[in-house]
Amino acid sequence: MRNAFADEILKLALADERIVVLSGDIGNRLFDKFKAAMPTRFYNCGVAEANMISLAAGIAASGLRPVCYTITPFVTTRCLEQIKLDVCYHNMPVTIVGTGSGLSYAALGSTHHSFEDLAIMRSLPGMNVFAPADAPELRSAMRWAFAQNQPAYLRIGKKGEPLLTDEAAFTAGRWQCLRTGYSATLLACGTILGEALAAADLLAKENIQAAVWNCASVKPLDFDTLSHFGSSPVFSIEEHSVLGGFGSAVAEFLSGGKPPPRLIRLGIPDEFLHDCGEQEEARVHCGLDAESLARRIAAEIA
Amino acid sequence: MTADLEALAREIRFRLIRMSYEVQSAHLAGALSCVDLLVALYWRILRIDPANPASLHRDRLIFSKGHAVSALYVTLAKFGFFPEENLDRYNHHGASLPEQPCPQMTPGVEWATGSLGHGLGVGLGIALASSIQQNPHATFVLMSDGECQEGSVWEAAMLAPKLKTGPLTVLVDFNGWQATGRSRDIMQMEPLAEKWTSFGWDACEVNGHSMPEILSALEKPLDHRPRAIIAHTTKGKGASFIEDDNNWHYRSPSAEEVKKAAQELGIAQ
Repeated sequence: MRNAFADEILKLALADERIVVLSGDIGNRLFDKFKAAMPTRFYNCGVAEANMISLAAGIAASGLRPVCYTITPFVTTRCLEQIKLDVCYHNMPVTIVGTGSGLSYAALGSTHHSFEDLAIMRSLPGMNVFAPADAPELRSAMRWAFAQNQPAYLRIGKKGEPLLTDEAAFTAGRWQCLRTGYSATLLACGTILGEALAAADLLAKENIQAAVWNCASVKPLDFDTLSHFGSSPVFSIEEHSVLGGFGSAVAEFLSGGKPPPRLIRLGIPDEFLHDCGEQEEARVHCGLDAESLARRIAAEIA
Repeated sequence: MTADLEALAREIRFRLIRMSYEVQSAHLAGALSCVDLLVALYWRILRIDPANPASLHRDRLIFSKGHAVSALYVTLAKFGFFPEENLDRYNHHGASLPEQPCPQMTPGVEWATGSLGHGLGVGLGIALASSIQQNPHATFVLMSDGECQEGSVWEAAMLAPKLKTGPLTVLVDFNGWQATGRSRDIMQMEPLAEKWTSFGWDACEVNGHSMPEILSALEKPLDHRPRAIIAHTTKGKGASFIEDDNNWHYRSPSAEEVKKAAQELGIAQ
């Protein structure tokens, strides 16, 4: 997804001279083509993320379209007040891209984990929050974000995510049904989508037919789709804390229904992770790999 | 040469003291300390037109010490951004002058501040955009000394000399006090000008109540560096009973004290 971001921002910026890229000292060589093509529109802001966000807001106030790019925890929670006040309170069209989200950097430990970014970003008035599942959807979401005049947060992975979506499919406030099924509805948010689809395959072998939705748009949610779920249980699946993130957003909406469908939130437990290895191993530890998901979903339905 | 500006500064100071009495609002002393800087900027330096406050080519002033915004409001009213009668409704529910600045509500206010340490980064972004867009306007950021304790200030200060920006000037209203004590007793503030110099800025120190000194610093052409003007000021400047008494960070004057201030400032009532 990192390479797709660099390639797509180059294309977008060549066509839109308002786009300015700010990096928090990351992406070694990733932006070489961009820098060569547009040297006055790329700035390495150093290891100083709070200032990078204020700087972006000032740039946006003059009519340009800055994008801030670095590893997720450093471009979200570390500089939260700058995002809240300088970006959201002023409704500045700043696009914030957090790379290596969730468990992408599992092996680096809690300093590089981001399990709370969706919770915090979606609580800010005016902020759009998107978690694309793969590179094509990221490109599509970037095009959407730069076509608007609002703050946006894009939560992306690292590299090598399986290709699952159609490049043109992303629309804010709309989810895509990738697989139909009547026994359960799986709402997958972000790069965990591949595990959810694989879990649905495993469940099908046990005659459990699960629908799978790709839910990249966290704020706004797809209220229309959420309003039309039937009585079968709904599972939210995310590589984020079970507190406050995508599943919580779904719960907030469904709790107003009469009666609400049953919702089971699957995500990272409310704890710091220690010694969890790489992303695949960490997903197993958290019960978010396909096999664990299938087992947990089957147990809830039984 | 500067007598007109000095008279204007006295008028603004008195209006501030009366406003603080009328609505019993806090932060009077920190507003009084930066009045001369505002008068010099608005009446001699900033290229702005109250009739066209959103002009693309206007100079920008980020008033970063948001708690002292009453000083900016009186200045903006006197300069013609809105009627002086609006000041009677400072801090009133539903009026256009909140106790911390908000550009959506008040003509002439560039940025919402109040949480310290944001203004310089935003001002740097505006100055960078002016260079990218080849829009030749100047950017000014007025900060408090206590604000210099925020780490984000030094993130911006360290980046600024490395960027090719339009002209950027920081003014630090160094009144020597913060909310609960002398700033130099709480953090290692000094030497403040040398801090900016060592970060790559063209820094100078002035008496922040001397109009000739302020103007001389502001009128000096910039070189390739961003510029920091450390203005030594007195918190509560203008009324002897407020000056250098930090209780006035929070308290507001009585009717009797307003009369006394009028006498000291030579304002006919």
